[in-house]
Amino acid sequence: MTLREQLREKISAAFYRHGLLCASYPVPIILFTSASILTCCYPLLRLPLPGTGPVEFTTGLRDYSVPFHEPQGDFGERPDWYRGPPVAYIQQVLVKAAVSPWDNSLVPVDVFRSPLGRVFNLLEEIRNHVHSDSSGIRSLESLCLQVTDLFPGLRRMQSVLPEHGCLLVSPGNYWQNQRELFDSDPDPFKTIQKHEPKGLHTSATLRDLLFGVPVKYSGVSHYNRKRVVTYTITVVLSSYDARFLGSLRARLKQLHPSANCTLRDDHMVHVHFKEEIGIAELIPLVTTYIILFAYIYFSTRKIDMVKSKWGLALAAVVTVLSSLLMSVGLCTLFGLTPTLNGGEIFPYLVVVIGLENVLVLTKSVVSTPVDLEVKLRIAQGLSNESWSIMKNMATELCIILIGYFTLVPAIQEFCLFAVVGLVSDFFLQMFFFTTVLSIDIRRMELADLNRRLPAEAGMPPPKPGPLRTREVPPPPRPSPHTITLQTPAFRNLRLPKRLRVVYFLARTRLAQRIIMAGTVIWIGILVYTDPAGIRTYLAAQVSEQSPLGDTGGGGLPPHLGVAPVFRGGDPTSTLSIHRAPDPTPLPENQSQGHHGPPRAGPIPQSPPAVPQITWGEEDEEGWRRLSFRHWPSLFSYYNITLAKRYISILPVIPITVHLTPQEAIDARHPQDTRHPQPPIPKISADLQTDLTLYKVAALGLAAGVLLVLLLFCLYRVLCPRNYGQNGVPHGRRRRGDLPCDDYGYSPPVSEISPLLLRGHSMDIECLASDGMLLASCCLAGQIRVWDAQTGDCLTVIPNHGMTGAQESELRRRTTPSRPTLFIDQPDLTPLIDTNFTSQPPSHLSTPPSPSAYASPSSASSSPSVWAMELRGNLIAAGRSSGKLELWDAVEGSLRCSNEDGVSGITALAFLNNRIVAARLNGSLDFFTVEINKPLGLLQYRGPPGRSSMPQSPCYSSEDVISCQLTRSVQCAHQKPITVLRAAAGRVVTGSQDHTVRVYRLEDSCCLFTLQGHSGGITAIYIDQTMVLASGGQDGAICLWDVLTGSRVSHVYGHCGDVTSLVCTTSCVISSGLDDLICIWDRSTGIKLYSIQQEVGCGASLGVISESLLVTGGQGCVSFWDLNFGDLLQTVYLGQSSDGQGVRQLLVLDNAAIVCDFGSELSLVYVPSVLEKLD
Amino acid sequence: MSLTLTAMSGRAVTGDQQQWSRSGEMQHSRGPYISVITNRTTNLLIRGAMLFSVGVFLALVLNLLQVQRNITLFPPDVITSIFSSAWWVPLCCGTAAAMIGLLYPCIDSRLGEPHKFKREWSSVMRCVAVFVGINHASAKVDFANNVQLSLTLAALSIGLWWTFDRSRSGFGLGICIAFLGTLVTQLLVYNGVFQYTSPDFLYIRSWLPCIFFAGVITMGNIGRQLALYEYKFIQDKSHQD
Repeated sequence: MTLREQLREKISAAFYRHGLLCASYPVPIILFTSASILTCCYPLLRLPLPGTGPVEFTTGLRDYSVPFHEPQGDFGERPDWYRGPPVAYIQQVLVKAAVSPWDNSLVPVDVFRSPLGRVFNLLEEIRNHVHSDSSGIRSLESLCLQVTDLFPGLRRMQSVLPEHGCLLVSPGNYWQNQRELFDSDPDPFKTIQKHEPKGLHTSATLRDLLFGVPVKYSGVSHYNRKRVVTYTITVVLSSYDARFLGSLRARLKQLHPSANCTLRDDHMVHVHFKEEIGIAELIPLVTTYIILFAYIYFSTRKIDMVKSKWGLALAAVVTVLSSLLMSVGLCTLFGLTPTLNGGEIFPYLVVVIGLENVLVLTKSVVSTPVDLEVKLRIAQGLSNESWSIMKNMATELCIILIGYFTLVPAIQEFCLFAVVGLVSDFFLQMFFFTTVLSIDIRRMELADLNRRLPAEAGMPPPKPGPLRTREVPPPPRPSPHTITLQTPAFRNLRLPKRLRVVYFLARTRLAQRIIMAGTVIWIGILVYTDPAGIRTYLAAQVSEQSPLGDTGGGGLPPHLGVAPVFRGGDPTSTLSIHRAPDPTPLPENQSQGHHGPPRAGPIPQSPPAVPQITWGEEDEEGWRRLSFRHWPSLFSYYNITLAKRYISILPVIPITVHLTPQEAIDARHPQDTRHPQPPIPKISADLQTDLTLYKVAALGLAAGVLLVLLLFCLYRVLCPRNYGQNGVPHGRRRRGDLPCDDYGYSPPVSEISPLLLRGHSMDIECLASDGMLLASCCLAGQIRVWDAQTGDCLTVIPNHGMTGAQESELRRRTTPSRPTLFIDQPDLTPLIDTNFTSQPPSHLSTPPSPSAYASPSSASSSPSVWAMELRGNLIAAGRSSGKLELWDAVEGSLRCSNEDGVSGITALAFLNNRIVAARLNGSLDFFTVEINKPLGLLQYRGPPGRSSMPQSPCYSSEDVISCQLTRSVQCAHQKPITVLRAAAGRVVTGSQDHTVRVYRLEDSCCLFTLQGHSGGITAIYIDQTMVLASGGQDGAICLWDVLTGSRVSHVYGHCGDVTSLVCTTSCVISSGLDDLICIWDRSTGIKLYSIQQEVGCGASLGVISESLLVTGGQGCVSFWDLNFGDLLQTVYLGQSSDGQGVRQLLVLDNAAIVCDFGSELSLVYVPSVLEKLD
Repeated sequence: MSLTLTAMSGRAVTGDQQQWSRSGEMQHSRGPYISVITNRTTNLLIRGAMLFSVGVFLALVLNLLQVQRNITLFPPDVITSIFSSAWWVPLCCGTAAAMIGLLYPCIDSRLGEPHKFKREWSSVMRCVAVFVGINHASAKVDFANNVQLSLTLAALSIGLWWTFDRSRSGFGLGICIAFLGTLVTQLLVYNGVFQYTSPDFLYIRSWLPCIFFAGVITMGNIGRQLALYEYKFIQDKSHQD
């Protein structure tokens, strides 16, 4: 044995053991794997999230120095991009200007015309500012960032953005920084608007750039309620000079003091910008991703022969993805920070790691023998592929190792990642995917199980032998047999997933609650963020309505009281270049109001007219309110990229400008007053606010309606069955048209092959069973007894009086002899006639029993059997001649007969040792079967060769059985009795005379006559629990209390006759001539739902367990889930499915179903789902 | 530079979506299509068209990889950057791709040794991904010197062949076409049709043959996979007959 083979064997053994482990403990292993994935991914939290958002770093202004290029030692939290000088320093001068006091003679344009006009003075001041000290004279010109041409594509901005000089932007740029242009501009607002891009704009617009504050804060509009205009003058500096900036700041503050300004000015914020990905770069990336997805698609498409294709495909993708994440996490943990662009190398990593192993594993496991145990299958599948998996792994590792020795840093890094990724992928494949596969295979097994064991499933322990002798007594089973499957498991397997989701939603009312919670949250957010300015609106309303005296008195904001101090000691007024405007005209007014002789007294209109300039926290770093693309776009105009670089933003210089109304009027353009003004600006402003509010409300309403509609549609799409109405017909599915869910994956189909019991030559008329035996009688009068479990024919009781010759003679005759039996009642022979003519010549295969035809009464032909019952091994057969016969089911011998009545027996009930026979003339006969055991006295001819039968407690062949009429109720009903049922010591008859009668079995005493139907009774159900239900030709279903004889409920559900009725403990199931199956709640009588069947479906019903209903149809039987009304399965009985309907259906105790199918009987074993236990 | 790589490399995939949908049609709708598709000439034409479109697409995309990283917030014109190469480059690539893609299955059938190694679309996609990766590496990864770059790419190309092809005919054809392509490019550059920014192997870059080789292998893979469909259909047809 070579080393290679040894190795191979060892690997294979190891994989085998591993497979056993994985399949044995799936849940712990999956938990363990998830835990390890999470642990390995934990370091990823420390990585910066991918994205192009800028990163900030704040340093103090006082001890600022330009950072070095090389990292100097350990700077703690200093980020690694903070090296070298920034691209630029940004100094913003934040100007807040207002005309105060606001005069009623002023027009809305005055709100911003004169404040904007001040920008030219300030610009001049800034440009001309010179700082001189010992180190020389510095001006702005020497410090600012000199820009050249604009980017070629931006010709239209040439007029507004500076070129060839300092990068200094302000609203003055709209007018080329020339006061004259501004003064002669008839409509400044229009000029500003002119440069705005049409349509949607999300990132920085020109207006944002020039104003330096977002549009809505600038206050330049006709509807400015606060009447404060805010703008900035942005100076971009290339180098930092603390002294120059300090003197500029002091100078500006001197000129325009901001009294109540407490902005901090000791911090400098450095903003680092990430790389922006252009579209040109994106296209190859997108291409690689498309290729990647195609690869994943084609790979997972190959997963086959598993329970849930999508589940496994998902597991495969999860395996690969989490192995990638793990590798990145592990590399980070060991200090290998990824420098590669993750998005770019990711597809290649996936391709290198590959999905092949996963597919190979799946295929290998799936191809193992199906009848093995699950864990053995997994283990075998693993060990079969172990060698190739290891070989591939080694090859890949080798290739990566070679790649590592290319000594190219990028490739080395890639290789490192790939190695760790490969190893973690191997780990996940072995633990995660294998376990998922084992779970999947186990689910698959269940379906397989059903397919392979059609007959044995749900059967009691094996029977002793093929020949069932009569020593087996019929064990009376008190409770109806319930098959071993639990309903939930059954439902889980059968119900499509989407339905389960819908049920879950319906059960928990999840959607409703989510919508409610969402609405509440939405309203909360709306109130909190105040998009429509409701709060300010309300505040304004309140302040306007407040008493006037408050405003004129001491309720002033603090700065108003402080301002005069500045005014008195203002040293700058003399330094002012231009005519010094009174910096604080407002305080003057106030002080006049307080101290001096009042000019006009407290003016009533003045309180809302005083625009208040306040400085708050948000002004400190006003640039934060701008788009994060603000600075990159400003620089990009001059072809300067900020990608991977940073800028430093210096603290703003706050400036407050107050203008008197006179100044505002002086600054007016002649056209300003002629402009068509909005008549009452305040109202229109209100209106605007209101409009916004309404818009938001309307949008919200529309969104809500849309959501509701969407959910409704979803509901209609997903939940096709509608309760309580005959809606979408549940079409019977044809063969090959198996139910599929959306994924085209059909639920597990257990191919139930029905057992066909052949032998009868004509259509089967009566069917009786006691669970162990099965007796059937065909139209030809032949009775056959079958073993209900194996389907073997045990006995054939031919129609006595018909020999084989007679029978063949009969077949030759076109019209059989019609005995004149039906004197007093409707003639039923046409039914029989039609069947006689179509009699198939298949009877010759069964040799007639020689001992059978010994009845003295019927010479040529005997009356046909109309009713039959089977108890123990006695068959009670009621004939059309009114004769009641008792046959031994095993031996096929007639044990007793009674010819007391003359009218044909239409129905029989055999309970305990009593037989109740309903006759065609409406009379009811009670018979008692007595068993005497005088040995050796054989009244009737028994089979001579079969005397050595073992003794049995009841009905042995030696017993003398006599059948005596104990009581005959002559006129039980006015009309023929149609239904006869017996249970729980009661006999219930239903007749065409619209009544139901209840008799006690012991003394044949009529207890109740139940009236309530308006048509003949067609169906009755009574069971051990004394539940009585009756259905009539009027389509009504009545539920009765058998103890009191009162009607519990009375419902109408069918358009025609009720043909069949069955009850479970919770519901009543009825079927009618209208091919509808209705399911009613038993206690309330409310219709739960109905199932529309195809036209011509049989009316036979049977309940197998609490939740499993079986119905007969055209050549098939269908199984339904009673809880949800879903068709579980349709079993086709024969090749020719059409034409012959199932008319009778019996549910046997061993969860089998017997139904007639033309001249054949069909024994269908219910698919039972048994959890396979390892 | 931007003309360089893609001069010949345009033989891979991603226009495959078209192919798949079309081949899907072939498979499922057995209507009047069947006669058209099983017709040998039509089939050849369809395959050629597919391969051509794939080649053109890859030429355009891989050309973009060569575009230097310009961080432009307002990309001047995406369309022009896509069609930054001369108009004849994608056409040449497409034609070459179609020729190679048709040649491979043809040679396989002539030699009588049908290619059986990894005949499935997922493998083909993997191959294409690796080919794009090789191009990516040549464009984006900074190598110390050109020899190292060329050697790495050569190793990668051989690895591609070993992983996805492993046929002697494929290897031979790849070598031949790579040699021819290199020769043609040399001649083109010599005649001044275009030029490389930093030629290190006569007039061209030394890694160009490797890229050619990888491209030939990839296109051959696609061509063989497409031919497989034709084969299947002819089989089906004979079954039906």
